[in-house]
Amino acid sequence: MVTSEGMSTVTEIPERRTELTGETVGNIRSDHPFMVAEDVNVYYGDNHAIQHVSLEIGKKEVIALIGPSGCGKSTFLRCLNRMNDTIETARVTGNITLDGKDIYRKEQDPVALRARVGMVFQKPNPFPKSIYDNVAYGPRIHGLAADRAELDNIVHSSLERAGLINEVKDRLDEPGTSLSGGQQQRLCIARTIAVNPEVILMDEPCSALDPLATARIEDLMDELCEDYAIVIVTHSMQQAARVSKRVAYFHLGLLVEVDETDKIFTNPRHKLTEDYITGRIG
Amino acid sequence: MSTDRTTRRKVEAGLPRRRRKEARFKVLGMLATAVGILFLGVFFASLIGKGASAFKQTYLQLEIELSETVLAPDGELDLAFADFEGLVRASLRRELPDVTGRQDRRELYRIVSIGAGYQLRDLVAGNPELLGTTQSLWVPASSNIDMLIKGNIDASLAEALRPVSDKQIAWVEFFREAGRLETRFNSALFSNGDSREPELAGIKGAVMGSLYMLMVTMVLSFPIGVAAAIYLEEFAPRNRWSDLIEVNINNLAAVPSIVFGLLGLAVFINWAALPRSAPLVGGLVLTLLTLPVIIIASRAAIKAVPPSIREAALGLGASQTQVVFHHVLPLAMPGMLTGAIIGMSRALGESAPLLMIGMVAFIVDVPGSLTDPATALPVQIFLWADSPERAFAERTSAAIIVLLGFLLVMNLTAVILRKRMERKW
Repeated sequence: MVTSEGMSTVTEIPERRTELTGETVGNIRSDHPFMVAEDVNVYYGDNHAIQHVSLEIGKKEVIALIGPSGCGKSTFLRCLNRMNDTIETARVTGNITLDGKDIYRKEQDPVALRARVGMVFQKPNPFPKSIYDNVAYGPRIHGLAADRAELDNIVHSSLERAGLINEVKDRLDEPGTSLSGGQQQRLCIARTIAVNPEVILMDEPCSALDPLATARIEDLMDELCEDYAIVIVTHSMQQAARVSKRVAYFHLGLLVEVDETDKIFTNPRHKLTEDYITGRIG
Repeated sequence: MSTDRTTRRKVEAGLPRRRRKEARFKVLGMLATAVGILFLGVFFASLIGKGASAFKQTYLQLEIELSETVLAPDGELDLAFADFEGLVRASLRRELPDVTGRQDRRELYRIVSIGAGYQLRDLVAGNPELLGTTQSLWVPASSNIDMLIKGNIDASLAEALRPVSDKQIAWVEFFREAGRLETRFNSALFSNGDSREPELAGIKGAVMGSLYMLMVTMVLSFPIGVAAAIYLEEFAPRNRWSDLIEVNINNLAAVPSIVFGLLGLAVFINWAALPRSAPLVGGLVLTLLTLPVIIIASRAAIKAVPPSIREAALGLGASQTQVVFHHVLPLAMPGMLTGAIIGMSRALGESAPLLMIGMVAFIVDVPGSLTDPATALPVQIFLWADSPERAFAERTSAAIIVLLGFLLVMNLTAVILRKRMERKW
């Protein structure tokens, strides 16, 4: 592992915590907070899936959520655009604000929220429609384009920003499902940015892709973070190290540590974080 | 090393037994399939063997003088009262002048169907200028003669044991030798309603009744069933009530169909005062019958839509309704249509509930609207199977062949629709 090389030099730091107290070490604050989670709890029935998580997500930054399977990072991600609403037994408490406004307040329409907080899923999931219609779907349902020319424009610029335009510009009528896995995932990203969201949530977007396709998506994230806040859940430490500015480590439903990416990977302040990034757990 | 060898020995020792078991199972499976195919083969062979002849009918050629003195004795033709039958009889008398005596003549008249008179009437009604001319016409033979020609009546039996007398056989022989007896395609079977005379009985009334009923059933049960399935699957909260509804729908699918007939009788006829024997009521009853089938099939089709598609749309900010109508419904449609068509085929083959609402009556006229008295194909089969005339036996089989043909077409449509509309993701 790339990151485990430097580990040996930092293991003697005296302030390292070992116990799982529920208190988050490091710095949950962001310089330009855009989405702020305060004391978020999620219950699936009786299962307390996320416990007292507070985290700030900054404007135009990539923040990676890492942690072993079942630690609650995807659950937390799905709180940010209220996708947990679709799970009947799920209950969310605490506060999450987007640009200062509570997204769980009564007047907040989840449909409007999801237009501002887009999502890219683990498995590429293009609609069984043409490439064009896949990208045009979001703008169509939200009425973003006044006429066909404007819609064409949105579709083209979205595909361009997703780095897919050269591969598909002559075959926009072909089904999105005819593309390769990596292309499909970039199509899904194009579909998400076509709505022009402010935050993009990515739930292990590269776990079903080969290294080359993964590299393309990571490059894409570097470009996209100039305009969007990106929250990415990943199992790959290298990916977190490469793309993110900050990293949040989740463990058993608790947010254990949050900090700048280099700090986490060179000098983790919690024993569990260290164990995870050095490959001892997870 | 030694354990390796004992493992291998044990595996090898067990192999023959496993192979035998597999072979035994294969043989059993093949036997089961063979028995199924055998039964199906016997069923089709007997059905086609019995029913094929009903698609032909024996006709006799007669020279009929459309005499004005008989048809319009007062100088005015009244189609309702004119004695067309008399013309047919006169023609028979001319053909066979040696037949004298009331008894013999009556027997002679019986070799021609009473349909000959109706045929003449229709001819004259359409072409009044033929009045006064002599026409050479092919008229249907009576059903007994038809059976004799088709070999369904054994002429070697003693005369008292068969419905055709020796004299009639001789007269038929006379026509046959003159080349004036033919078996032709039995168009009456498809263009007539029911009749007491087998040679005039047709399935058109029953087919139209069935079509009207299916129309009502399709128009009502498909939208209602699909809407109920969408609501239960996508919008209804999961609680004790929805569980109760689910259990009840599954139970309804298993309720004997005659119970639905009783319900229809009580609700649609007694309470809502809709007409008896009407395809409208039949369609309503069949709607009740097919609804659970369509709801269950539609729910299964909705459940089969991958959740990733739903999430993709929700993640883009589609509302629940948009997710359903833009993504779930198009993907679930092939399954829903298949379910609907299978429900329709069940409805088409249903007779028991129709007996309860009076669609079992003897109805000659072809229904022209949803409220005209009508019967349905399976009920027509039941009615004919119950008739004593020998010729109804083959018509029963013929009607079953037609019914099976309809079912085959419907099920094929279901398969083709599913193949056409299936999308990959």
